[in-house]
Amino acid sequence: MTATLTTAVAPPQTTKAGPGPARSRMRSFYPAWFFIPAIALYVVFFAVPTFAGFWFALTRWTLFDQTFIGFDNFVRFFQDPQLVSGFVHTFEYGFVTSAAKVVLGLALALLLTSPVLGRGYLRAVVFFPVLVSTIGIGITFKALLDPFHGIVNGILGSVGLPTPGWLTDPALALWSVAAVDVWKGVGIATLIFIAGIVAIPQEYFEAARVDGASAWTIFRNITLPLSRPAMGTVIILSLIGGLRSFDLIWAMTGGGPGFTSDVIASVIYKQYQAGFYGLSTAGNVVLFVVVTAIMVPVSWLLNRKEPEL
Amino acid sequence: MSAVTAARPATPARRRHPGTVRRWVIGVVAIVVSFVVFLVPFVFVLLQAAKSPAEANQLGFTLPTDWQLWQNLRAVFQSGESGIVRAFVNSAVLTVGSVLIMVVFSAMVGYVLQRRPGRWNGLINFFVLAGLIVPPAIVPTIWVLQGLNLFKTMGGMILIEATFGLSFCILLFRAFVATIPKELDEAAVLDGAGPIRLFFGVVLPLLKPVIITVVLVQSVAVFNDFANPLYFLPGSENATVQQTLYAFQSQSVSQLNLLFTDVLLITIPPLVLYVFFQRQIVAGMTSGAVKG
Repeated sequence: MTATLTTAVAPPQTTKAGPGPARSRMRSFYPAWFFIPAIALYVVFFAVPTFAGFWFALTRWTLFDQTFIGFDNFVRFFQDPQLVSGFVHTFEYGFVTSAAKVVLGLALALLLTSPVLGRGYLRAVVFFPVLVSTIGIGITFKALLDPFHGIVNGILGSVGLPTPGWLTDPALALWSVAAVDVWKGVGIATLIFIAGIVAIPQEYFEAARVDGASAWTIFRNITLPLSRPAMGTVIILSLIGGLRSFDLIWAMTGGGPGFTSDVIASVIYKQYQAGFYGLSTAGNVVLFVVVTAIMVPVSWLLNRKEPEL
Repeated sequence: MSAVTAARPATPARRRHPGTVRRWVIGVVAIVVSFVVFLVPFVFVLLQAAKSPAEANQLGFTLPTDWQLWQNLRAVFQSGESGIVRAFVNSAVLTVGSVLIMVVFSAMVGYVLQRRPGRWNGLINFFVLAGLIVPPAIVPTIWVLQGLNLFKTMGGMILIEATFGLSFCILLFRAFVATIPKELDEAAVLDGAGPIRLFFGVVLPLLKPVIITVVLVQSVAVFNDFANPLYFLPGSENATVQQTLYAFQSQSVSQLNLLFTDVLLITIPPLVLYVFFQRQIVAGMTSGAVKG
């Protein structure tokens, strides 16, 4: 997993001096107990709950007493159609939002690294939604996408296009939320790609231009391969966010209509609310497995040619 | 990090190039599209916040016939049950408390982790990355909080937020400490500084740029966090601003103007930070992202 430590820009220079006598004497000036406060927090509030979760997922649990029921929670998780659909949606949502952020982020980064008019303004507005409350954005877009009064359908209707119920049509709800997720998150993808593109030495572009390469050839053979570390970062970051995402879905649809926009994270919340703590924790374990099962190979694939920090 | 912040043009200006007209056209199109796609939603929030209840319910992208922004703001602040003032105080306490802990604890870890080569560093790095990737187990965390009598307390919530932010901060601090020459430490030690003074007196002040970045990025993250307070800090007296927003949405269908006034209010703090600290925030988000 250390392989995820790739940089879109050149990593800062590490001072790599040999372990001379002065260096080893310095060791005592970097006390190991500096780790203790952080480790204490990490163990108590993160590691213990995570490992305890593996046990509680196997129980019927009310916080006060617990009955061991083996894998019943998991069996239920993969038999109950609404829980299974939440499982499938997690993948769909994660992959679609991640892919869209990569494509749009790269396109915007290309635009914003070219000498385009109003570049500073464009960078600022594309990035700003990243900083805004997800719940606030969910509420705003719920109004904008309202099937009858919303602006989006107002515009579509006025030019004679179909006006679907973006958040009320079971076939569309998940994808509408995903689109808003992309709207909110594309700014960070763009900035990472910009950092990656800016770090490419200018000589390559100049040499290619002297050789008469077209814009497309330059993109295909220089920009794209050399911004690969940035692309890896964008993919990893947006997959982690996408697979775990909860706030936006909860604010916009609450997992509905029915359970057509439920993901694992919203299933976990619903089961928690309903008092099925064991089942909710099983959902957490499933999410843990899904995220690690995807992130470990993905980050390995994306980083295998990069040196480790 | 400077490579990220340096927003220099990637391609040198192509003067006397026939593409000048095209560049203008693309620029104008991009500005118009960006206005529609990225600014209209925010303008919509502002308009909604200035309307009467009846007008707001129509959800139109129209100027309010009667600007009521001030009345709406007053109504939001005065509505007793929703307690927006209290929520702002709660959010502020949560943000300041957790970011303070995060910064100090993770600066200590990032510093020693970078400076002191050791057998355990690999393991620690692994857990740092695990902290970024692994989703927290919800109900077991509540179970731990209850065991410590911290469930539904601001103190517990602060510790939770601090814990969840540690990994990100450690990575930023470790990368930045690598840019500080070790010779500086040695000089301080020769001058008689002990480990504590070396860190808090010499190194920590040098970390100022990355501390600013970490504080900004994590403040925005904690302030905007919805899911964690939802789970670990229930109860109306503890509600953060994000919670009031959600509660507002579920109760008052007939008061969309007040709902959007609330949205407007919670958008202002990040906006102000962004206006003043755009460079640092962007640097932190991308370099942090870059490490993720």
